[in-house]
Amino acid sequence: MPEMTMLQAVNDALHVAMAKDDRVVLLGEDIGKKGGVFGATAGLWDKYGDLRVMDTPLSENGILGTAVGMGLYGLRPVPEIQFLDFIYPGFDQIVSEMAKFRYRSGGEYPCPCVVRSPSGGGIKGGHYHSQSAESYFIHTPGLRVVMPSTPRDAKGMLLASIFQDDPVIFLEPKALYRHGKQEVESGYFEVELGKARVVRAGDGVTVVTWGAMVPVCEAAAEKAAEKGVSVELLDLRSLLPWDADAVLASVRKTGRLVLVQEAPRTLGFASEIAATAAEKAIDSLRAPVARVSGFDTPFPYTLEHVYKPDAQRVLNAIEFVAKYD
Amino acid sequence: MAKAAGKAAARLATVDPYEVGPTGLFRLVDPDGREVAAVPPLPDGLAVRFLEAMLFQRALDQRMLNLQRQGRIGFYGTAKGQEGSTLGTGAAFEADDWVFPALREGAVALWRGMPLEAYVAQCFGNAKDPTHGRQMPCHYSDGPRHYVSLSSPIATQVTQAAGAARAVQVLGRKQVVAGYCGDGATSEGEFHAGLNFAGVWKAPVVFVCQNNQWAISVPVQKQTASETLAVKAVAYGMPGLRVDGNDVLACYVATKAAVDRARRGEGPTFVECLTYRLGGHSSSDDPTKYRDESEAKVWEARDPLLRHRAWLVGKGMWDDAREEAFLAAAGKRITDAIAAVEAAPPPATDTLFSDVYATLPPHLVDQKDRLARGEPV
Repeated sequence: MPEMTMLQAVNDALHVAMAKDDRVVLLGEDIGKKGGVFGATAGLWDKYGDLRVMDTPLSENGILGTAVGMGLYGLRPVPEIQFLDFIYPGFDQIVSEMAKFRYRSGGEYPCPCVVRSPSGGGIKGGHYHSQSAESYFIHTPGLRVVMPSTPRDAKGMLLASIFQDDPVIFLEPKALYRHGKQEVESGYFEVELGKARVVRAGDGVTVVTWGAMVPVCEAAAEKAAEKGVSVELLDLRSLLPWDADAVLASVRKTGRLVLVQEAPRTLGFASEIAATAAEKAIDSLRAPVARVSGFDTPFPYTLEHVYKPDAQRVLNAIEFVAKYD
Repeated sequence: MAKAAGKAAARLATVDPYEVGPTGLFRLVDPDGREVAAVPPLPDGLAVRFLEAMLFQRALDQRMLNLQRQGRIGFYGTAKGQEGSTLGTGAAFEADDWVFPALREGAVALWRGMPLEAYVAQCFGNAKDPTHGRQMPCHYSDGPRHYVSLSSPIATQVTQAAGAARAVQVLGRKQVVAGYCGDGATSEGEFHAGLNFAGVWKAPVVFVCQNNQWAISVPVQKQTASETLAVKAVAYGMPGLRVDGNDVLACYVATKAAVDRARRGEGPTFVECLTYRLGGHSSSDDPTKYRDESEAKVWEARDPLLRHRAWLVGKGMWDDAREEAFLAAAGKRITDAIAAVEAAPPPATDTLFSDVYATLPPHLVDQKDRLARGEPV
């Protein structure tokens, strides 16, 4: 099996999808000849040309609105929003349109559309190239929200997203684009949407996270193990719908829960997981639920390393809940 | 008599709406029903069908508005005064073409064959509504006839129409897409993006703007400093046509020219239909609070229905007896449709949860089950 970075895996998934089905089209800014600012669409314009790999005018509103029209008509559009921070001019098309079409039309107009966008910090981009905005989309019924953390998941979940009929916000943690390589199957395969991945099995503390925080939590879990605390680490991967069963099963086993997100704290997705644990597994909890998150501040430029949770902050939380009695 | 009319028509010049351009006004029949330019040959029966459809929509709108006043439906927006631009433009598209409507194009859905009972049931939002009571009245969707579900945010359908037209190009088909909007919509970013993308792609789409001169309470003079709305098209590299929207034949001829052009692969056109909203924005609006009723009186005299009737009568194609019979039959059809759907129960509770996703995900199964069992939810 070939080894790939996440970026190569995303690119490979797009090559596989476009070869498999003529209805798959890409559109976005700089995705054609240049192959995308990160290179995720490299080589596709050369192969498929302007009709299927469209360098669009510079308008996120236009990209998402026209992608909705393409999805309604029967294509499988995969628009790229260059940075998630730039998605807001097209927010109405996501929230009011692609998410609502199937419902409001009584099922007559499904709107398949996979909105790919690099998310989160990691490139010293200040707040307009770094934010984690997943909560806005998770709060919208009708959308699927996906954020892989490994090359294999990136490819398998992107293919699964393109070849199903619900609109998907597909968030690619840019910090992990070239984080490391992993063996990834050639050709077509899917990783099921809606299922968490057990990164590390354990029985002392459950840590739930997603995206770029996965390797941070792996490092923290390693340090915790050295201190005698066994961590079960779950990578949620799908944020809407999310795998509550996997989280609750782990919490019932460990009784201790740490939630880690890069996004700001208030009304971040960790809050929903904490509420669900309180509703459905309160009898199993033996410590307060701990959240480790970005702060309720804009994402800073120079102090990015202070803003983003690191292994030490995660370890502090693990130790706090592990010792709680 | 017929011979004399034929001679008179022969003297009239043929006018090309593309030559009239974005600051002129393309018109075939004046407000008194007199031809001012040659009416090109129309498909058999079309002219009469136009009047019938306009009369029907006027009657239907009044009945639906009455239902709202009686508390039987929750909301309604009539197309009163705009039937000419709605139907004239709508009829220019083929059955296989796609229509992305705005609020006042319900008549286009019926023209395309949407069952009247489905139209009425959508306004009741009950179990007979094909869209399960999920939207407020006048938000129709008719998939089989490519009348795409609309939303309430303004102009979102303009970019979608451009995208669907791009999809037609991608798949190498021959359809044309209609993208409707009102004068207020031309101020939205969606309008700019939609026309800009369509222009760049040379997409087979015809944008139709029903300029009824009022966006709820804001007159078009406060929307834009442009001389006309049609002139905006020039900046997007497409022709802008400006048409007398109360002249149903002019609306049809101009839009048909735009549709044919798009189907030939020559790109998009923007059609501004200058018309007037004789009623309120909706059943929730009282226009006497913000507009001078003397203005409405002027436009009542330019009623598209009166104009087209006068033209047809002059041609010997319509008379009072025929109208009386038509209206009686139309009234009965409307009464029957209301009777057939009004008594239906609300949509089944299950429909609250279905169609959010292709299949019901676990969290919605959980919420639905808790609701059914009376558990905290």
